[in-house]
Amino acid sequence: MREIKIVSKNFSVKDSHLLKTALKNGAYESIKEAFSKTPDEIIDIITQSKLRGKGGGGAYTGKKWCLMPKNPEKSFLVVNCDESEPGTFKDRYIISKDPHLLIEGIIISAYAIRAHDVYIYIRGEYYQFQKILQNAINEAYEKEIIGEKVMGHPYRIDITIHRGAGAYICGEKSALLESLEGKRGHPRLKPHSPQPEYLFGYPTVVNNVETIATVPYIIKNSAKGYLRYGTQNSPGTFLFALSGHINNPGVYECEYGVSMMEYIESFGGGIKGGKKLKAVIPGGASTPVLTADEVKKARLDYDSLKKFGSSLGTGGMIVMDEDTSMVKALKNLLDFYARESCGQCTPCREGTGWVRDIVASILNKEATMQDIKTLLDVSDTMNGKTICVFAPAVSGVINAFVNKFEDEFKSFLKSVK
Amino acid sequence: MSFSFTKENIKKIEDLKKRYPNNNALVLPLLWMAQEQEGYIPLEAMEEIADISKLPPMHIYKTATFYEMFHLQKTSKYNIKVCKTLSCALCGKDEIASYIKEKIKDNDLFTYSEVECLGSCHSAPVMQINDTLYENLTTQKIDKIIEDLK
Repeated sequence: MREIKIVSKNFSVKDSHLLKTALKNGAYESIKEAFSKTPDEIIDIITQSKLRGKGGGGAYTGKKWCLMPKNPEKSFLVVNCDESEPGTFKDRYIISKDPHLLIEGIIISAYAIRAHDVYIYIRGEYYQFQKILQNAINEAYEKEIIGEKVMGHPYRIDITIHRGAGAYICGEKSALLESLEGKRGHPRLKPHSPQPEYLFGYPTVVNNVETIATVPYIIKNSAKGYLRYGTQNSPGTFLFALSGHINNPGVYECEYGVSMMEYIESFGGGIKGGKKLKAVIPGGASTPVLTADEVKKARLDYDSLKKFGSSLGTGGMIVMDEDTSMVKALKNLLDFYARESCGQCTPCREGTGWVRDIVASILNKEATMQDIKTLLDVSDTMNGKTICVFAPAVSGVINAFVNKFEDEFKSFLKSVK
Repeated sequence: MSFSFTKENIKKIEDLKKRYPNNNALVLPLLWMAQEQEGYIPLEAMEEIADISKLPPMHIYKTATFYEMFHLQKTSKYNIKVCKTLSCALCGKDEIASYIKEKIKDNDLFTYSEVECLGSCHSAPVMQINDTLYENLTTQKIDKIIEDLK
């Protein structure tokens, strides 16, 4: 299996983060092409390319952009770099290895949705990488790539980095916008019909870093060029990643639809210490776990993982070997969710603490079969009864762990005489 | 105590105001600025931020208390934050954590805490000291990092 490098083509180039190097490697070449088209023509190309959001949700980018007004008084592009999903570390590669690719994508995307002000919301922990990105933005301003004009084209673009401060939920787009507005990161209710997002009352698009970084390739190579890769419903490539019990953890870009097992073996170099595979969390902690048997059958695309009751998420795979305690692994994840719940909705705020405590009691061999029933019951109460998808995701995580590794969970129960 | 932003920071704030359509957006950047200036965010700084952004002081307090990275109390010089989430946990976080705790015992320069995923799962186990990330930790590496900071 080979890597297909669309977004990652410059990751291994020395000093790839500097404008000088980036220009040598073709940075900003798509800008001329983009400005020879109308914003609507660009939206059409992106729609035809079926580019899907690469932050975890997988929404069609073209559909999001189509919702934006044609003559807005003001509108915004917000780039989501609040990468906090456990197992995910791809966007940090883009901003630290090829920040100019992101800026190039931002220019085209902002032009397409008729926005002039762009905010990059970056998680507070990424300060080291933020500095590299800021440096690239400064270089772009100096060389008049952005600012009052875009490389001579009369279109103003200003890019501002907005630093988060340690809250997982701010990766949820509406929570992110609340945070940008100076508030707690509490997700907003979803509208009953498709609408753009709103920042300070103005229509706004929120896109993930990798999604935006894919745009220049599509403009240069046409929608067809992007559709050459991947499957019908999951076209193109994705920065999949591997971590956990794996020989070569890292980010490897690859087309959608390849076999998960092959990916793990050829890029990851197999399981650490020659051990057997037990399970894989396919796309960041919030996607339901797959057993080794499922991993052998699964393919890395939206449809395949859906069939296994899971999802592609962020593409960040966490690999677990045969000696991993699934009870301990679930407890670890539930600690995470209990801490990161934003506290807005009762089923999530209270539920995440309850399920963590129940799994802790199982781990301590103090629980009975009734506790597992209660765990699944609370999990059910958390599903579909909250403002955002945080609690439903936790519910899915619990159900997959407990149902797929039922015997292991039962082996921890207190023996009842 | 009283609090005011330094002259340089006041200039930065004026520049920042031009970048947003509304001063409410200044809350997070100004909280960061106060923390960088003082090492933590005193109550008086939040009142000052309320004045600048023309928001109720309670709004600033409400926002500041939501985010893990804002310190409302004085902290040690070095905040060691060890990642405890799954990929790090699978790759030896527990051993590393007890080693660090032992190493900095009774030393006021350091505060130890465990944090959720730092977004560096491929180089687990990892920790952050203030804003610097340390990856692929081993006991030897930790020895060197801590000694260099002492």
